[in-house]
Amino acid sequence: MNEAVKNRELKEKIAQDYEWGFVSDVEQEFAPKGLNEDTVRFISAKKNEPEWMLEWRLKAYRAWLEMEEVSWAKLDIPTIDYQDAYYYAAPKAKPKLASLDELDPEIRRTYEKLGIPIEEQKVLAGVEGSAKVAVDAVFDSVSVATTFREELKRAGVIFLSISEAIREYPELVQKYLGSVVPQRDNYFACLNSAVFSDGTFVYVPEGVRCPMELSTYFRINAENTGQFERTLIVADKGAYVSYLEGCTAPMRDENQLHAAVVEIFAHEDAEVKYSTVQNWYPGDKDGRGGIFNFVTKRALCSGDRSKVSWTQVETGSAITWKYPSCILKGDGSVGEFYSIALTNNRQQADTGTKMIHIGANTRSTIVSKGISAGRSNNTYRGLVRVLPRAENVRNFTQCDSLLLGSDCGAHTVPYIEVKNPTATIEHEATTSKISEDQLFYAMSRGLDQEAAVALIVNGFAREVLKQLPMEFAVEAQKLLGISLEGSVG
Amino acid sequence: MLEIINLHATVADKPILNGVSLHVPAGEVHAIMGPNGSGKSTLAYVLAGRPGYEVTQGSVTFTPTRHSGLEPGPAFSSEGAEGRQIPGRARDDEGGLDLLAMEPHERAAAGLFLGFQYPVEIPGISYLQFLRESLNSQRRFRGEAELSAGEFIKLAREQANLLGMDADMLKRPVNVGFSGGEKKRAEMVQMGIMAPKFAVLDETDSGLDIDALKAVGAGINRIMRAPDKGVLLITHYQRLLDYVEPDRVHVLRNGRIERSGGPELARELEREGYTEAAA
Repeated sequence: MNEAVKNRELKEKIAQDYEWGFVSDVEQEFAPKGLNEDTVRFISAKKNEPEWMLEWRLKAYRAWLEMEEVSWAKLDIPTIDYQDAYYYAAPKAKPKLASLDELDPEIRRTYEKLGIPIEEQKVLAGVEGSAKVAVDAVFDSVSVATTFREELKRAGVIFLSISEAIREYPELVQKYLGSVVPQRDNYFACLNSAVFSDGTFVYVPEGVRCPMELSTYFRINAENTGQFERTLIVADKGAYVSYLEGCTAPMRDENQLHAAVVEIFAHEDAEVKYSTVQNWYPGDKDGRGGIFNFVTKRALCSGDRSKVSWTQVETGSAITWKYPSCILKGDGSVGEFYSIALTNNRQQADTGTKMIHIGANTRSTIVSKGISAGRSNNTYRGLVRVLPRAENVRNFTQCDSLLLGSDCGAHTVPYIEVKNPTATIEHEATTSKISEDQLFYAMSRGLDQEAAVALIVNGFAREVLKQLPMEFAVEAQKLLGISLEGSVG
Repeated sequence: MLEIINLHATVADKPILNGVSLHVPAGEVHAIMGPNGSGKSTLAYVLAGRPGYEVTQGSVTFTPTRHSGLEPGPAFSSEGAEGRQIPGRARDDEGGLDLLAMEPHERAAAGLFLGFQYPVEIPGISYLQFLRESLNSQRRFRGEAELSAGEFIKLAREQANLLGMDADMLKRPVNVGFSGGEKKRAEMVQMGIMAPKFAVLDETDSGLDIDALKAVGAGINRIMRAPDKGVLLITHYQRLLDYVEPDRVHVLRNGRIERSGGPELARELEREGYTEAAA
């Protein structure tokens, strides 16, 4: 079906009167399947949003109708029927298991390999009666989280779900929401702007160094926000914050389509470090099922000498489309992107970054490590753009691909656009196959094949792993090994 | 301890070993000498189980002897530590193992060590991490307790010091940026840490200056000269044998053991060359 026909049909469907007329019925827990203005109104009403927020969403929705899906990525994306999806479901209890014995043995094995404590496993698996105990033991209970909140409050740091923030700090949210990723930025960001379910808001005031790493773990609300997550982080002058997103444990979700937006706004001398481990369900060996993950992440280094550092470990999802970027507007601002993208079986990843140098003396570093196994396809796509007035820009890009087996693909697509002759741009790229010499050497010392592969891959990814906070790094290392099980031999 | 009978092997369908038979009893060091291309390194790789080196005929039985006072661990039974049946593992009643039926890491756990002619670089992984993971993997396989980080670092430092290697080098990525001599010395440190029953050392002497040669020779004697251990020393030259006196010397040529003799054979080869000596 060509795009025009598809769009027309979509619009026709949307134009039909919605027979449920559920808008006034805020007691209802689900928005019926499909997407139209009523769906948007329903979501906004469910969240008790102010009028301006609803208007913002509707504006995005109307813009989205005019837009088309992106097609430039090296991804084979099946046709997505946007009318055959749910856009709002109240937080739902997972089906309760009587004990861990009822859990899918494969998932259980993964938990064990990751070294997740039993109590935490129970929470992740949704074992009956586990939550309270385990939340106390591991996830930092409501009381612990409250302690955290108080400590943050003393420091003046605002750390809330974005729904709460819209109600409690409307002027802050209104000021920054969409200021880094405009609604019309791209198809998926626009969709997210219309229907985002929940997410996180962080504000670190001037001169404050956030006293702890902020992790979504510690957020009290456990709402199912994975599908259309919206994150907004603002670091005021001289502020510092490190934010961790995601989880190494395999995450399943009945919603196949994910479209998240993350915006970071860094004022003068502010620094934000954003680390992600993404392990959404990648589908089975033949590529059935699995999450489509279309993410827009962007930072605006607005103030002079501000700095934003993205670190990501991407092992999950059937399709990953994601380019955490930095707009280096302030003079002397710094952008960094450290990435490990691992694909196995039928997974497809097209990921990378954009470094837009606007200010003078801005610097960026890109280190991308792609690991492809099975029949997967892994693309690094990166843009380094230096605008005419940006004097003395420096960029260093290193882009390494590691192939396991001969049925996978690794692709590197760097775009370099330099409009100022004073720039220094370095680009290094390598592609290699995992070496039989290395494998045999490690095995002859006593490691079995999987352990040997995991070791070599971890060595390959070391430069990026060491950017992660310690506990995250240890788990991420194990995750790389687990994600490659059975991929060699 | 190591019994090789009529071993034939091919690499990429090309026959390299054409009926090697060799017996190394416990407590002995045997040297294998031979001209380039005679199959020395192939023999080493076949013994360690390198993929791509295909055995077409023959057998290798490895009989790790007991440590004094130690009972044989589970690796020496026909079941692995996890109770997995490993087909064809047990060959005889004396604990002999069918080496060729085992995976490379199982051979390592059973006590076989290969010293590489060209030690391999593993970027991003420190020697300490590599060796600790490897040793603990062997120990798990044998049903032994793993070494803690502290215990392991103590062991690694001791062994590095004994071989005259700066222990801080073990913090560096495996073999990356090491000189040829440093790599060979590091192989011996690895051997000291693994404490194998049987070592196959493939041209461990190549690329060594005289001091390093002495240190490596002393290391081999210290680590491997014991009544319950054995060594197969593959070398081109007599010079290492000045430091490690072999019990037997074998000449490998065209994929077969052509001659065997005592230590004097090595000196004769050194004097007269392989062609003369063969005549």
